[in-house]
Amino acid sequence: MNWRLQNTRLRRLEAEAIHILREAVAEFARPVMLYSIGKDSSAMLRIAQRAFYPAPPPFPLLHIDTTWKFREMIAFRDQAAARAGMELRVHINSEGLARGISPIASGSNLHTQVMKTEALRQAMAKWRFDAAFGGARRDEEASRAKERIFSLRSAQHGWDPRRQRPELWRIFNTRIKPDESMRVFPLSNWTELDVWQYIKAENIAVVPLYFSRERTVVRRDGRLIVRDDDRLPLLSGETPATMRVRFRSLGCYPLTAAIESTADTVDAIIAELRGATTSERHGRLIDDDEAVSMEKKKREGYF
Amino acid sequence: MDAATARNAAAVTGADSRPALRFLTCGAVDDGKSTLIGRLLHEQHLIADDRQAALARDSKRYGANSGEIDYALLLDGLEAERAQGITIDVAWRYFSTPRRSFVVADAPGHEQYTRNMVTAASNADLAVLLVDARKGLSPQTRRHAIIASLLGIHTVALAVNKIDLVDFDRDVFERIAADFLGFSGGLGFRQVHSFPVSARYGDNISTPSARTPWYSAPPLLDYLEMAEVDDARVAKPFRMAVQWVNRRHADYRGLAGTLASGRARPGDKIVILPSGQNATIKTVSTGDDQIDEATAGDAVTLTLAEDIDAARGDMLAAANDRPQVADQFAAHLVWLSDTPLYPGRSYLMKINNITLGATVSELKYRIDIDSLAKLAAKTLSVNEAGVCNMSVARAVAFDAYADNRDTGAFILIDRGSNETVAAGMIDHALRRAGNIHRHHPTVSKAERSALMRHRPAVLWFTGLPGAGKSTLANLVEASLHARGVHTGLLDGDNVRHGLNRDLGFTEPDRVENIRRIGETAKLMTGAGLVVLCSFISPFRAERRMLRELLGDDEFIEIFVDTPLAECIRRDPKGLYKRALAGEIANFTGVGQAYEAPESPDLHLPAGREDAAALTGRVIAELERRGLIGGGDILK
Repeated sequence: MNWRLQNTRLRRLEAEAIHILREAVAEFARPVMLYSIGKDSSAMLRIAQRAFYPAPPPFPLLHIDTTWKFREMIAFRDQAAARAGMELRVHINSEGLARGISPIASGSNLHTQVMKTEALRQAMAKWRFDAAFGGARRDEEASRAKERIFSLRSAQHGWDPRRQRPELWRIFNTRIKPDESMRVFPLSNWTELDVWQYIKAENIAVVPLYFSRERTVVRRDGRLIVRDDDRLPLLSGETPATMRVRFRSLGCYPLTAAIESTADTVDAIIAELRGATTSERHGRLIDDDEAVSMEKKKREGYF
Repeated sequence: MDAATARNAAAVTGADSRPALRFLTCGAVDDGKSTLIGRLLHEQHLIADDRQAALARDSKRYGANSGEIDYALLLDGLEAERAQGITIDVAWRYFSTPRRSFVVADAPGHEQYTRNMVTAASNADLAVLLVDARKGLSPQTRRHAIIASLLGIHTVALAVNKIDLVDFDRDVFERIAADFLGFSGGLGFRQVHSFPVSARYGDNISTPSARTPWYSAPPLLDYLEMAEVDDARVAKPFRMAVQWVNRRHADYRGLAGTLASGRARPGDKIVILPSGQNATIKTVSTGDDQIDEATAGDAVTLTLAEDIDAARGDMLAAANDRPQVADQFAAHLVWLSDTPLYPGRSYLMKINNITLGATVSELKYRIDIDSLAKLAAKTLSVNEAGVCNMSVARAVAFDAYADNRDTGAFILIDRGSNETVAAGMIDHALRRAGNIHRHHPTVSKAERSALMRHRPAVLWFTGLPGAGKSTLANLVEASLHARGVHTGLLDGDNVRHGLNRDLGFTEPDRVENIRRIGETAKLMTGAGLVVLCSFISPFRAERRMLRELLGDDEFIEIFVDTPLAECIRRDPKGLYKRALAGEIANFTGVGQAYEAPESPDLHLPAGREDAAALTGRVIAELERRGLIGGGDILK
């Protein structure tokens, strides 16, 4: 038969991602796929299934649960892992939880540091993973645009942007010392639009939060915060309203803003993106913390 | 029609299904590379509103031109880059116009980041080279053009930037364009086109400029949209290095990999290299679909009709058009590490999905990046390029880089630091490798050894000058001799004055010194001897090379660990005194580091025990290993 993926641009991107996944599996002893439930993770998971078919992907999925994910996301996560026939490991920073860290009480900065960055370090150490796949793309944010596809992390999981290995052709230097690890980004060269076009071409299921629906929202600092449960306290003067909104990017629920949209299908999302005038991470409140916020988080071990 | 509407129209007609054009922007620092890309994105309305707002904010904080939008800040994402106003690392940017998708690598201009330019060029089809109209070609322009050429880029767009600052002077533009053509004539570019542009004001970027009426060719963006980058890979013979073997069931063996060139169809006759076994492709699949044909760039899984074992790193190739197979070849190298190249040192080479030991057996010459002159050289330093002979641990399949950018490329990795130290491009196999047929001796090493009644070995004493290595080696030899063990002794005195008298004490010479001693010791173990070698041998890499050369069984690394302070106190030859006075350069322990063994076979506390006790420890270790008998060998 002919190629199902007719768009050669997507076919090349898929081939590159498959090549990266296979290289890591061939070279590392204990790889793992960071599964964040979002659209990029969904696309990456599908590519992994295709890369190793008829075998299942030879690594588990890992979810760092901050306990502040939307409820729909957790349900979707468990179904996706079961459908793929893959083991799902979930790690929660229970020490952070015990300290009462939350995005509301502690602020986004500390919450992200403790419940995501530190939690990831704990999980990597606990299961002794030596390589972790992530769905990050270079077009998301300026410091990500500078990161290698195979990105070395120190024994403390830090990223040193000034000491990155040159990455030539498709030849990846995968060598690490004891306790060092590698972050591997198969979707490095994809754009947001590529991901949605691939989701459409491959008919991949994504979390319903990406599609427009009437949801309860609060308008705060010019952004639309969806109220997933009553853990989000209302400030004085705020009244929850019902609006047709969707998410472009999914993080922890009070830290990710929705956009007004009527796009309720993948086709409608693709059409909306073509005319978009804001960037994808615009709704991610954690990026606003400081001007070079993402680089700083990554140096400390954020994915 | 505005840009966004145009993009929609293009998407509907499917114009965006062509593979993206990958190009890099390069040129000297301050020539305006980042500004050019920023301008291009801005003119195509490809900068989102929130980023435009952030850009306005950042321009006030870090920007070079007060009050104006500084587009360079869009790309310079790292804190240090913003603070210093320079590009440190390659930034990748993605954008689409109605006619094409692009991936842009923005490569740094500073000389110390040339390695990043090499990185960017290795994955690019086309180079946009910027020149400041006021300055003309700079050493950095030439360097980048040469690197682009070395890495096999055939199409160059020369952007003569800041044309506004020379009053849109046609003569200036034409002189620079002519200079470049003159310079690049020997670089093998197939297409060079020059553009008079102002990245800051947008002249001839995406629209023709009214201020250069004398320039009638299309603007830069049109050229990039139309550029025919030859994707000749599909027309070349089939090559696929096995990346991973898929063994789902006992009776399933899928060979997974990415096609470097050519086509793969069921029924195609192929050969597996280096073994040379013939095979036939049975199925070609992508995920759960079996397909009729895969082409260069596709990542697929093949099954074979025959029951043949193939492993990661094997090359699958068209049976009637094969790659070369050799363990020695000539190659171009670009050195990327701050630690220079040492010919003779063992590095790791990664090529076509295999990693194996490799050495530069001969550095033929260095290429002067400004004049292309061939210069005699003993080493390559960071950002230097040269031509060398490489020797690898076993035969591998490859093509010349000029024929195939995938199968002719390799990287070198330092065994200690794991750093990627060089980019390599193969020129051709060295036939010499095939012409030296090893002579199989009638009397074998084992037979010689049998007469000796002990096994051969190399006792390698390493440590600081004055640590007591030679004293100890002499005592151990005397003790072995008394037991009837056949020995030989190599040390600085008998090697430096004869075999190695042409070598000095620079790092490359020290590497070569140890290599020759290792080979000599190997010949002596071949004769059945226990060889005592006492050399400072300061570098771990060389001691590791010796271990690989001689084998774990026969190489016994003995660390004579005397503290530096004690060595300086003893100073038997008065050399520390002179080195500390600055009279001797490269003296280990003073001007040059000694890399202590991480896991020696024997670690001797030479500062605390006397020579007789240490000798006893060495003899005990040899007995423990069964190399020599328990002292009564002659009885």
